[in-house]
Amino acid sequence: MRPFTYQRVATAAEAAAAVAGNPGAKFLAGGTNLLDLMKLEIERPAHLVDVQDIEGLGTIEQAEDGGLRIGALVTNTTLAANERVRRDYGVLTRAIVAGASGQLRNKATTAGNLLQRTRCPYFYDPNLPCNKRNPGSGCAALEGYSRQLAVIGSSDKCIATYPGDMAIAMRVLDATVETVQPDGTTRAIPFAEFHRLPGDEPERDNVLAHGELITAVTLPRPLGGKHFYQKVRDRASYAYALVSVAAVIQPDGTGRVAFGGVAHKPWRVEAAEAALPQGAAAVTAQVFADARPTEHNRFKLPLATRALAGVLAEAKG
Amino acid sequence: MLAGSGAAVALTQAPGVQAQGSSGGAATPPTMPVSFTVNGKEAELTLDTRVTLLDALREHLELTGSKKGCDHGQCGACTVMVNGTRINSCLSLAVQHQGDEITTIEGLGTPDNLHPMQAAFVKHDGYQCGYCTPGQICSAVATLAEIRAGIPSHVQDDITAAPAFSAAELRERMSGNICRCGAYSNIVDAITEVAGA
Repeated sequence: MRPFTYQRVATAAEAAAAVAGNPGAKFLAGGTNLLDLMKLEIERPAHLVDVQDIEGLGTIEQAEDGGLRIGALVTNTTLAANERVRRDYGVLTRAIVAGASGQLRNKATTAGNLLQRTRCPYFYDPNLPCNKRNPGSGCAALEGYSRQLAVIGSSDKCIATYPGDMAIAMRVLDATVETVQPDGTTRAIPFAEFHRLPGDEPERDNVLAHGELITAVTLPRPLGGKHFYQKVRDRASYAYALVSVAAVIQPDGTGRVAFGGVAHKPWRVEAAEAALPQGAAAVTAQVFADARPTEHNRFKLPLATRALAGVLAEAKG
Repeated sequence: MLAGSGAAVALTQAPGVQAQGSSGGAATPPTMPVSFTVNGKEAELTLDTRVTLLDALREHLELTGSKKGCDHGQCGACTVMVNGTRINSCLSLAVQHQGDEITTIEGLGTPDNLHPMQAAFVKHDGYQCGYCTPGQICSAVATLAEIRAGIPSHVQDDITAAPAFSAAELRERMSGNICRCGAYSNIVDAITEVAGA
């Protein structure tokens, strides 16, 4: 690990300014992903701004519009266990408890979870080229072992996936990411626009500016319906998704669905949701119409259809 | 990482070496003071900022019960409780824990007065080589507390209901603790006995 200086801050504005004014600085919250990457020297911050003392970021509150406001520092465990989340946003609890381990969920924060980096094995191996880790160096995954990697939305520069579960549920719930920018102003980013596709800049996972701090994630009013998070993985627990399905299905068979493990961001095609009453294949034919899988991960396409079919069968039951 | 730990030891033996505000040159890695409570005892240290909570416990406080397995949060051998909650101490910087109350395996019981979970692991042979055991036991104690507190899990059919102390729940909730010797079934038996006590 490279040496770094460390600072604690009391306010979001102070945190944003401290990082914005230092090109080598990064925010530190739970640290479960950042420290892992720092040990491998994939992340090499010269300065860490620890945000754990900032007041008001650790609570879950009712929002004025009947929705929910989740502070950036709320841990995965606290969010999953929240009574209102379990009752009204079950897909979110389901997604969170499908990810990581108990120890990690106790430390990982809401904001940090959104910012976790890909688990592409080539990103994690500093001996190999990776445009996300080292822009311009090439992508070893394109001709490599790509079983876990993206089947849609990828580019010739990067076929990494976003690895998280929580964000797939937030995408289905139409969440909003609230931030404080370095100049002290705030902005609200619709969840669909938060994570990026790799394009020509795979090193940029999301639309945040350097020094822009997530303060909260807000959820609109509850949708009702039945909530599902179906995760298919190589182990029964503590493994990343090969494919996951976050869905909210109403009694009349309409609903919403987003997929994880398939793209550089949570993958949702709203126009395809009208086909939900016709069954899974009708939906995934549209959701994955532009898919360009590799020979290793082509299996994800029928797997996504079957995972959604399982969800729809359970919704009827 | 090994080189980093070595530098950290050297620096703590020369208190007053401070390089805060530097960009982190190789000559003088930045250090910081930090104080927290470990097993009820106050600890005050000046550490290289890179020192993890695990290395602070093992290398600076000589509490070697918590183990370094993978050092990446994958194996759970480093599991300790911070303010009553289990975490991977390898994925946490010591300086993040100013003022925290930390409990390690050494704080749960002693050879003459075992914690019930320690006694149950002995009774049910919940280990072979024993390297993962301190992490398993800390995690198991915290797991039972999490079930009692109603923290939901992936294997619950109804996430609005109170979770059960079933084998399926224990296996899911303990999935962050790897046992290379494969003592899992005996570990589940040990935890089940304590859960029912």
